[in-house]
Amino acid sequence: MKPGRSMRLVGLIRKEWLQVMRDPSSLAIALVLPLVLLFIFGYGVSLDAKNISIALVVEQPGSASNAFAASFYHSPYFQPRQMRNMQEAEEALQRAEVQGIVWLRSTFDADYLSRSNPPIGVIVNGVDANTARLVDGYIQGIWFGWLDKQAELSGTQLKPPLQLEQRIWFNPEVRSTDYLVPGVVAVVMTLIGSLLTALVIAREWERGTMETLLVTRISVIELLAGKLIPYFILGMAGLFISLVMARILFAVPMRGSLLLLLAVSALFLLVALGMGLAISTLFRSQFVAALVALVVTFLPAFLLSGFIFDIRSMPLIIQGITRLIAARYYVAMLQTLFLVGDVGSIMLINSLYLALMAIFFLAITYIKTDKRLD
Amino acid sequence: MIGRIKALILKEFLAIFLDKASRMAIIVPPIIQLFVFGYAATFDLNRVRLAIFNEDSGALSRELIGRFQGNPTFELVDFLHSEKEINTLIDTQKTLMVLRISSDCSRQAARGESCPVQVLIDGRNSNTAMLALNYVRAIVTDFNQDLMHQQGQSMPARLAVRAWFNPNLESRWFIVPGIIALLGMIVTLVVTALSVAREREDGTFDQLLVTPLPPWEIMVGKSVPGLLVGLVEVSIIIALTMVWFKIPLQGSLLTLYPALVVYLLSVIGVGLMISSFSTTLQQALLGSILFIVPAVTLSGFTTPIANMPQWMQHLTVINPMRYFLIVVRRVFLEGTEIRFLVNEIWPMAIIAICTLSLATWLFRHRLH
Repeated sequence: MKPGRSMRLVGLIRKEWLQVMRDPSSLAIALVLPLVLLFIFGYGVSLDAKNISIALVVEQPGSASNAFAASFYHSPYFQPRQMRNMQEAEEALQRAEVQGIVWLRSTFDADYLSRSNPPIGVIVNGVDANTARLVDGYIQGIWFGWLDKQAELSGTQLKPPLQLEQRIWFNPEVRSTDYLVPGVVAVVMTLIGSLLTALVIAREWERGTMETLLVTRISVIELLAGKLIPYFILGMAGLFISLVMARILFAVPMRGSLLLLLAVSALFLLVALGMGLAISTLFRSQFVAALVALVVTFLPAFLLSGFIFDIRSMPLIIQGITRLIAARYYVAMLQTLFLVGDVGSIMLINSLYLALMAIFFLAITYIKTDKRLD
Repeated sequence: MIGRIKALILKEFLAIFLDKASRMAIIVPPIIQLFVFGYAATFDLNRVRLAIFNEDSGALSRELIGRFQGNPTFELVDFLHSEKEINTLIDTQKTLMVLRISSDCSRQAARGESCPVQVLIDGRNSNTAMLALNYVRAIVTDFNQDLMHQQGQSMPARLAVRAWFNPNLESRWFIVPGIIALLGMIVTLVVTALSVAREREDGTFDQLLVTPLPPWEIMVGKSVPGLLVGLVEVSIIIALTMVWFKIPLQGSLLTLYPALVVYLLSVIGVGLMISSFSTTLQQALLGSILFIVPAVTLSGFTTPIANMPQWMQHLTVINPMRYFLIVVRRVFLEGTEIRFLVNEIWPMAIIAICTLSLATWLFRHRLH
């Protein structure tokens, strides 16, 4: 690099840095936003249902039915409420006071003793289908436990032909926080990265200072580097805050190497900043750049990245669309780095996609800035 | 007076719709988002990738594997031949889970003992892991009950589970009505939050203030376009929800629309407040994002409010989206009548009154 060139670059970075320091909003985006957002997401987004209120209707108390009902009082997932009859319970379900009903008919104990396989009625509120499924799973767990205990009481052993043993790897307590918080870091960094740059260049176009810069001897590459480097440093500071919070506040395990984590995060930040630059260069109006940034950052990162909704369950066309969302690759790597460790193939393929996207966005910015010269 | 307000409303509409870029930015993204998110945001498992490590050579294990092959939820990706393969396959996400059937399984079962069947699941996404485990359990339980039935035995009791309001437990029925609330908020907020800020930046807002218009007329003039744009956009989305996504509307639109108007007014109030606090568009955008992100996250749109820590649940009472989500879901799926939704509507009305009057006051008091 020629001395004149690096001097110009240093000058540009200095200019941009001064601008950042004078404008509190950039600093707020990079340093305060991650703090607030991680707090809100970390505590606000959880898929662990607990204290589910459930109506218990035992029409005719007996030893078997009482034991079954009692299991609900010992479960950490449920807050049972005894109700006198089905009518009362159904009304409570209709008024959304309870999430479900467990119904033991008056003939339950007699049928149980005569081994005629009586049904235990379960009704769940299916509006929130995911919670309903989890509730169903918890009730099955209670049912299994009760079957075992009843067999023990009668001195026999329950011997179904197949005995299922389950092992949930990487997250044996099935804490949803452990899988959600790494994703939160990705959503937060998407927002921060693109917000930092989305408005910067649009503002310079609007104010005409971009033309002024372009007629100087500064090359487009220098200009872009001068914009990128200060925001990259700011973004890494924000990232650092997010990672520390994920680790300390939410106690997410960290099984991969820190170095790799920082490397893929830097790569992702480059994509997010590049996307912001590309948007502002393409639209050149702060208003439209603002709208576009809003549309393409938060919601896609929130809903299409695999942060909450598993990409593997989406229709194939939508899975194709998620390939355009940078956060998707970062979420996959973060979840693996935090919970599993350094899995080479996952890191490699996802980093490759991110690198391609970074090149794509920076190239767009480069080409579109260049054309304006003539 | 009416004439003045009318003129102001007309001017706002022209400001929104005359510019082609901002016109497109308001109309097109919500429709695209409805389709993409409506299909993407699902908790239902599809194509669960499963590998099988079968050390048993008997008929029992073959029959069990047949059950998994015949189940549309599972997609059998591989048969393993050694234990070592399990780790790599799960670590690299080639499969979500491995079903391991020990040698001797069929013989043990024939002797009347229990045969252990192990299921190893990738817990990286704990929700997926739990749901997949539930499916495996259901298959194994069915299998057991069928076998015992053949031997003339039965379980001492069985579970008979039914779901109300959404019998097939489709999470789309839960998410898509939620998208109505989500997009309604975003469109309305963007239209209103950026409107005053844009005029401030251009300097035309000062001119508006020196006209004979009192602040409340400016407020009405700025609110009505937001309300109309919001209502039209939401109506389109509601129509698509019913016609395209085929989500049954059990309740009445006459219940939904009054609540919708109150909801949109509360969002407009927030938008105008953000707008009058900001002196530049950039600040208004930042303000909108700072409102939208927590409002969406803490509304119960994707994850239930009941799962949050208690102190955070208390915080959600100031979030208008939280209330409208309950209304829209209950009206759609449960057919709830308006008298049971009063407790959702009055908090939104209070939020609307507070934010709208604050915004009106701010018009004059934050000039410099």
